Amino acid sequence: MSEKNFEIKINEKACKRCGICIAFCPKKVFSSENDKPVVVNPDACTKCKLCEIRCPDFAIVVGGDDDDDK
Amino acid sequence: MRKSLEKYYRIDKLPHIWCPGCGHGIITGAVVRAIDNLKLDKDKICIVSGIGCSSRAPGYLNFNTLHTTHGRALAFATGIKLARPDLKVIVLTGDGDCTAIGGNHFIHACRRNIDITTVVFNNSIYGMTSGQYSPMTPLGAYATTAPYGNIDRNFDLCKLAQASGATYVARGTVYHVPQLIKIIEKALQHKGFSVVETLSICPTYFGRKNKLGSPVKMMEMLRDNSITVKAAEKMPREEMVNKIVIGEFFEENAPEYTEEYMKIIQRAQGEE
Repeated sequence: MSEKNFEIKINEKACKRCGICIAFCPKKVFSSENDKPVVVNPDACTKCKLCEIRCPDFAIVVGGDDDDDK
Repeated sequence: MRKSLEKYYRIDKLPHIWCPGCGHGIITGAVVRAIDNLKLDKDKICIVSGIGCSSRAPGYLNFNTLHTTHGRALAFATGIKLARPDLKVIVLTGDGDCTAIGGNHFIHACRRNIDITTVVFNNSIYGMTSGQYSPMTPLGAYATTAPYGNIDRNFDLCKLAQASGATYVARGTVYHVPQLIKIIEKALQHKGFSVVETLSICPTYFGRKNKLGSPVKMMEMLRDNSITVKAAEKMPREEMVNKIVIGEFFEENAPEYTEEYMKIIQRAQGEE
């Protein structure tokens, strides 16, 4: 799934390190680095966007900004 | 944040003040996505709130917004809806704001069936004032004002809303967000008074007082204890203890208040 335009963006300024994205990603795409989420397994991402809609701080965007939000 | 959603937020006010792992950001995001999915005109929406952590939400949202006095969000919203029935009025309120200080406003707004969508951010505690128990704090739970455990029984908000006359009643959680977005969409489309109780998490006060652990642990509790309305119907009563029933409870069509009010005006003016 590493086509162009596809990326998982984490806004580090907005992230409060609650760990919800890391814990509940069904494909274990994120890993914790000093409680900070980092994308370690982007190829496993199915773009379900559960991390994006569960992020309390609107800090994650999956699939590039021009991606259709569906 | 996703570019297509930026127009719904006051970006200069972000990041918000809610604690790490607070569920209120998740609910706010779900409300925005529901509005975006329905392609509603954002200038025709008015979002009203009272006081509390939850009621900070409209401050971050780029609509017509009104931050009002404690418990009175529904009273202000009723005034707005009667003056401008063309607006879609949404009330974002907390469990304390809605069921304690605003309890009377809530049941009477339900009774009138005025076309307002109310999303209750239920984190089971007064977070902003450091963790006093609210009418939604579960029996036996700990709070700053209940150091030996809460002996008051909590409201079942959905049953209260339905009994009071609300015509759309549903419950969601901050774990089940795709379902929550769909429920809010339906509530927004419903003509009449709609109530969406959303179970939120407060890791800072409710979580700490009750030794529930991290935001992740609290989310896991929502996941593991939630059952759907259909599953709950078949479940024996003794197994229902501590279960959270989620989904749509009630929907009916009934005369809407502003329409009935307009009819009265027409009758009084002899235009029948």
